[in-house]
Amino acid sequence: MSTARIAGAFERRRAAGQGVLVTYLCAGFPDLETSVAVALACVEGGADVLEIGCPFSDPTADGEVIARASTAALRRGGGLSTALEVAARVRAVSDVPLVLFGYYNPIFVAGERETAQRALAAGVDAFLVVDLPPEEEQELGPAASELGLGVVPLVAPTTRESRIARLAGARPLPPFVYCVSVTGVTGRAADGLAVASRRAREIGDRVGAPAVVGFGVTGPSSAREAGLHADGVVVGSALVQVVEDATARGLSPSETAKLVREATSPLAHAVHTRNEPSAPPPSAPRT
Amino acid sequence: MPGLRRRFGDYGGRYVAETLHEALDELEAAFVTIVPSEAFRTELDRLLRTYVGRPTPLFRADRLARAIDPKNETISALYLKREDLAHTGAHKINNAIAQVLLARTMGKTRIIAETGAGQHGVATATAAALFGLPCEVFMGAEDIARQAPNVGRMRLLGAAVRPVTSGSRTLKDAMNEALRDWVTHVRTTHYCVGSAAGPHPYPELVAQFQTVIGEEARAQMLEVEGALPDAAIACVGGGSNAIGLFRGFLADPSVALYGVEAAGAGLDTERHAATLTRGRKGVLHGAKTLVLADDGGQILEAHSVSAGLDYPGVGPEHAHLRDTGRATYLTTTDGEALAETRRLARTEGLLVALETAHAFARVEEISRREARTRGRPVTLLVCLSGRGDKDLATTLPALEAAETP
Repeated sequence: MSTARIAGAFERRRAAGQGVLVTYLCAGFPDLETSVAVALACVEGGADVLEIGCPFSDPTADGEVIARASTAALRRGGGLSTALEVAARVRAVSDVPLVLFGYYNPIFVAGERETAQRALAAGVDAFLVVDLPPEEEQELGPAASELGLGVVPLVAPTTRESRIARLAGARPLPPFVYCVSVTGVTGRAADGLAVASRRAREIGDRVGAPAVVGFGVTGPSSAREAGLHADGVVVGSALVQVVEDATARGLSPSETAKLVREATSPLAHAVHTRNEPSAPPPSAPRT
Repeated sequence: MPGLRRRFGDYGGRYVAETLHEALDELEAAFVTIVPSEAFRTELDRLLRTYVGRPTPLFRADRLARAIDPKNETISALYLKREDLAHTGAHKINNAIAQVLLARTMGKTRIIAETGAGQHGVATATAAALFGLPCEVFMGAEDIARQAPNVGRMRLLGAAVRPVTSGSRTLKDAMNEALRDWVTHVRTTHYCVGSAAGPHPYPELVAQFQTVIGEEARAQMLEVEGALPDAAIACVGGGSNAIGLFRGFLADPSVALYGVEAAGAGLDTERHAATLTRGRKGVLHGAKTLVLADDGGQILEAHSVSAGLDYPGVGPEHAHLRDTGRATYLTTTDGEALAETRRLARTEGLLVALETAHAFARVEEISRREARTRGRPVTLLVCLSGRGDKDLATTLPALEAAETP
């Protein structure tokens, strides 16, 4: 089972009393080479799971940082195939769990079964499709689970009890649940991450799967807050912003990767040491 | 609780971010409980009569009929359903008034909308002003440039017009931005979708609010002709005026239904908006429907001289009507639409919207087709969906250029 990689990451951190750091990158941004280097830099910086974002022309759930990155990647011909290529190249050198993150239309047009097969071949472990709710998941879910791939569901602050109950009854259980911290798009700074973290804990317990908090985690201190009770924390826009800034400065892929590694490591420290709030982060000022 | 129609054949559904599901459920529940209530019906009917100006008249366009068919061979009568005479100058007001009334009843305190040509933006800004609700309208920067009068109207009505500079800077991107805003302010805000497109329940909800066009037209045809028309014709971008007209005749198999979409610079180019003719099955803005997309599933930019038809998707019910053959979809190029605009102005004194001109440009072809099939001249009904004042900045230079040798 491919989802075993994801389960393993959560089990190892949980056993050590730690949270899991999930990082998002936009495949093909600013180019294929750099995005592979960025992915590996995240792992070196301590990320436990990678979300590989498929650029999409109409990213309605994303904020401006990720939307801009998507547009730039598309201009270079990026898309689902680019994301699968990034996955394959990461998988060739790393056992880090990989989640393919994106929107439904590219998967639908390519064919759900075909996409699941290609994803498996590329070493992907699960899908997260922002605009494919469980009600509409007619093909992708079964196709993925036949191949041992997972589908990660989202829970929002507005999600009603009945929909959470449906997740709890789902078989196979999802590899983890992605709890959105705010009603909003990605990248928006959130207050109340501790509240979101507590809610994620409750949802995770009800569903019987690990639960992570995402959206609005901008740095180590918010990562620590988001990780207080949840099994993990997702950081996306903040890292894409690092890549964007590096690109604007004309830095090389390895220089960009170095900055991403340096940005990831205090985030990882914050999430991994959530039960030791007094421990000083290694490379970031205390906040 | 009986729900609204979620799917039209394989099309429709609700493909949106998780945050919006609760709001869409809430909207569906409100639609099912509030809209049929006596209080809502009475209030909406009153507003449609006294504020919108319904019923809109049915006009018999004899000079145009003779211009198209001088020898009386294919057209026995040509009727126009005059939605341009509705307040704000287009059919969009039917839906906007109803949705904003519904939103107010639901306790929503803010209205947002997307707009292409600006007709839906103006209609929503008007309805919001009428009910005293703040309103923000997302509009592509490109459309803001080519629809200046409507931008001014919206601002005068108190709405904030938000320029959208992402992507193709047109309707598709305005809808993305409106969805992003709605995700963020979902608890207090109602998103007044302007076409019979988008996630469930919008396609059914907008269609029902626009059905007044078809129901009135049907009754009016029976009154003046004593018979149903042989064909009903409307332009299709997202498809709200068309579905409103078609719904009046769906159960009448003798009435042929024709939708006309924008072929832009031509179907053999990449610059068109002919989703039903050249699109593929896909998912855009919350619905499975026909879309203009590349092999990688990326949505393509549509093109039409008419900002209101410039959309790479279409309402899911039209996709279904196409598949089942109940409706036929044809296309009109930018050039044909512009020429038709002039012909209508000169034969009937009607300055129609560029959107509407697309439908009129196919009347001749449809009349020949239907006359051949039926072996007699036919009675046609065209939805004159909106007036063309807003397009003058586009139509005047284009027509002048065409007239200069």
